[in-house]
Amino acid sequence: MARLTIDTPLDVRLLDKGLSVGEALAAFNAANGEAGGVVSFLGKVRPDGDVRALELSHYEPLTLPGMRELAEAARDRFALDGALVWHRIGVMTPGEAIVLVATAARHRRDAFAAADYLMDHLKSAAWLWKRERRADGWHWIEPRRHDHEDIARWE
Amino acid sequence: MTVTILFLGPLRDLAGKQLLEVEGPLDWSGLLEAVGPDVAEQLGEQRVNVACAGKVLSDKTRLNAEDGDEVALLPPVSGG
Repeated sequence: MARLTIDTPLDVRLLDKGLSVGEALAAFNAANGEAGGVVSFLGKVRPDGDVRALELSHYEPLTLPGMRELAEAARDRFALDGALVWHRIGVMTPGEAIVLVATAARHRRDAFAAADYLMDHLKSAAWLWKRERRADGWHWIEPRRHDHEDIARWE
Repeated sequence: MTVTILFLGPLRDLAGKQLLEVEGPLDWSGLLEAVGPDVAEQLGEQRVNVACAGKVLSDKTRLNAEDGDEVALLPPVSGG
């Protein structure tokens, strides 16, 4: 099996199938040997009521370039050694990973803050649209006011 | 050559299609007319963005799409 190669300092991906969290974090850790700390966040499809599946769609010319700009902004703002920003697209079922963010920095507070910053922006500023399949069919998910309050913390 | 209008996310369901091809050039009033009243109403909302040729417009009402351009209609996002 080919070993996973991580782009440094920023590895930003849209993935159309499942991601291997352990492998990604091991490779990210190895790629950031000078860091004093690595923080990671894994977002999953919440098993919630009658939600059977979730689908994320994107717009090729905007979504990945926007995620790259976001990762660059996080690196500059928090003096990161590196960041990994991976987002799933396509159809997922409850319990599956949707998003994996990892940040490497000299000091832990920068790594924690940068992961939080990346997640807040991915939730409400990345070019992604989410819909859920419930017993009665597909429903588009509107952004929640809470998400906008989260992002406003960083302004 | 034509201008392709792409409906993203929930706008796809509202439009009843993924894309629409129209004669270029296409400006804001031409876009509102081409997409029909339901989508046009959504486009009037500030939180709905428009991209032309891969760039989000800072002022969507100044749309000026040429033949061959793709115009993407971008409703509010919900990622993560």
